[in-house]
Amino acid sequence: MQPGNMLHTFAIYVDNKPGVLTRVASLFRRRAFNIESLTVGHTERPGVSRMTVVVDTDDYGARRLEANLYKLVPVQRVDDITQTPSIARDLALIKVAATGEARTHVMQLVDVYRARIVDVGPESLVIEATGPEAKIDSLLEVLRPFGVIEMARTGRVSMARGTTTARRFDPPRAPVEAAAIDLSNCSV
Amino acid sequence: MKLTGAQILWECLVREGVTDVFGYPGGAILPAYDALLEYPIRHVLVRHEQGATHMADGYARASGRVGVAIATSGPGATNMVTGIATAMMDSSPIVCVTGQVGSRLIGSDAFQEADITGITLPITKHNYLVTSAEDVAPAVREAFAVAAGGRPGPVLIDITKDAQQGSCAFDWNAAEPRLTEAYDDALPGDGPSCDAVALINAAERPLILAGHGVMLSGAEREILAFAERGQIPIAVTLLGIGGVPASHPLNLGMMGMHGEAWVNVAIQQADLLIALGMRFDDRVTGNLKTYAPTARKIHVDIDRAELNKNVRVDVAIASDLRAAIADWLPDVAPGDRAAWFAEIDALKGDSAVRDIQNLPDDGHLYAAHVINDLWRLTDGRALVVSDVGQHQMWEAQYYKHDAPRSLITSGGLGTMGFALPAAIGAKIARPDAEVWVVVGDGGFQMTMCELATIAQEKLDINVAIINNGYLGMVRQWQEFFYQRRYAATPITGPDFVKLADAFGLWGAAVHRRGEVEAAVLAARACPGGAIIDFRVEQEDTVYPMVPAGADLHRMIRRPSPIVETAAD
Repeated sequence: MQPGNMLHTFAIYVDNKPGVLTRVASLFRRRAFNIESLTVGHTERPGVSRMTVVVDTDDYGARRLEANLYKLVPVQRVDDITQTPSIARDLALIKVAATGEARTHVMQLVDVYRARIVDVGPESLVIEATGPEAKIDSLLEVLRPFGVIEMARTGRVSMARGTTTARRFDPPRAPVEAAAIDLSNCSV
Repeated sequence: MKLTGAQILWECLVREGVTDVFGYPGGAILPAYDALLEYPIRHVLVRHEQGATHMADGYARASGRVGVAIATSGPGATNMVTGIATAMMDSSPIVCVTGQVGSRLIGSDAFQEADITGITLPITKHNYLVTSAEDVAPAVREAFAVAAGGRPGPVLIDITKDAQQGSCAFDWNAAEPRLTEAYDDALPGDGPSCDAVALINAAERPLILAGHGVMLSGAEREILAFAERGQIPIAVTLLGIGGVPASHPLNLGMMGMHGEAWVNVAIQQADLLIALGMRFDDRVTGNLKTYAPTARKIHVDIDRAELNKNVRVDVAIASDLRAAIADWLPDVAPGDRAAWFAEIDALKGDSAVRDIQNLPDDGHLYAAHVINDLWRLTDGRALVVSDVGQHQMWEAQYYKHDAPRSLITSGGLGTMGFALPAAIGAKIARPDAEVWVVVGDGGFQMTMCELATIAQEKLDINVAIINNGYLGMVRQWQEFFYQRRYAATPITGPDFVKLADAFGLWGAAVHRRGEVEAAVLAARACPGGAIIDFRVEQEDTVYPMVPAGADLHRMIRRPSPIVETAAD
């Protein structure tokens, strides 16, 4: 990570139209921002999708990114929820090699992490874990000695805490009219 | 009223106020071309689709209206890419309409299929893939709103053949664009304009940096009223030329890589920079670490993403420029900055002596002389369209533009081959303007096929080829930074006088300064297109020059006397 950089989390509301994901992803690529994770899904409003994007950048970069995102026609709203008290969750499916004694050990660990076993095979278990990324990372570490065969993670989804959203949806401002000014002394 | 998608396209263009389009027909756009005959729109047949986009761009920059270019699918569309990127970089509002293979063929690698919405995604403000007649009107109306709104730029509409052929009820009102307004609360770093005025009134050595935004916003009168009230000198960017009259006493001239040396030094010594509708391009800042170290900075741009992008500023205002200045104006204190003006005057030093215009005639024909004579002989009133390279910089230095939109040039992308087609667009937008193309022998040969367009449309456009037998600006870099190893920069060309004749245009070659006036006057008198081949000094150099990435005040100056630089 560059000095001054940190992980910024954006919630981006977009029109659910073909190609929107490409437009957003292309913007990050074009402006040389590296996406740490990206999730997309439906929202409570029909026709509107929500992306949660995590980017490694500094404050100026984050602001510029937000401004650039607003220039995309299908983007309705961008919230930088990095500093907002929020809940962040990652979902992981982890397939672990587990036979005989190891199987019991794994099941105990799964209990400790409040994860669930969602598939039992003759030589493996599939574990479903939800939580902050750090928790998933930690679970992964303790499972690794047993042999992680396969893993799939969703990346971060986030939501601001409390009843309000990170930012209110204000009505668009009226355009500023150029005030009538006296130009009679001006040499044009 | 039931219309085909093709008819709806033209119906919408007419209602958007379009009177001229630049295009090239082909298979996938044929239904649209067939319907064109029923509508009162002039179609200019180009010789290459790149030309169509530059023409639409030149049309837009000359008039402020949206320019329109049309091409077929596949190669027709991909040929537009350079022109679209040019318009994007220079904030020029154009709408490009391309045909696309039938919607059921998309993705099948059909004949002349190219994913043009994918290809142009990063170089358009927005683009549309239209696959049904019902979607044509909303897409066209939204495209015009997007192209012209905010910071202008290019929009592409890709219409499948079946969408052009299908029919549906046409309802103009129902197709009204419903664009989401950008959520516009102040981001951190955006200051209120009262802070800006306080900084302005307190400054002792303020300087306005005026860019293309002055003209795009129509703030030409406001910026002068502001500068005159506060007695604040103005430096302009390349694309800002014309936004403030060159002859105005407060206008110092062009800044940047080939700007006046003392203008750049003034920027470095200022205590306040007021950047209006410009974007701190690397060509105007030089080394950012040493840029204007003593200056507080105010930046006004309609595009919020430009604020704090290259240069960190004290007050950033995302606003239409005209509105922002009008907002300040009542509070700007009448200034007396005589000391600052005296300081700037002192910076000029021996610049005038070094100026090539003031050096004795040594028998060589210098491009700067040609441009200066052209300025004098056209009373400074021509609409000049320049290409990219040495001649572009000499034009910017020696043609003194007093009127807005009287210089059209490719700044951000630096697109060689831009000038000739852009001039065609400009001439069609402003038929009464005297249009001159100033172009190098390299750039001219990139798009000279459009001479045929000039001939076919019977356009009165004069072309001044600054012919030095080199790709001159690249040669200059090789001279300074690559030990004069002239790799691939010597260039030959056809006999441009014979070429003019072949296209049915008037042509002449000029070898000596004494011949310039007669040739320019003859070209002006000639009713159709005219080409003058100015055979200028081959190894002449644009001075002063800030090497790329160097400190702005460390410029390579013209050695004095001039004979040191003349080719042996």
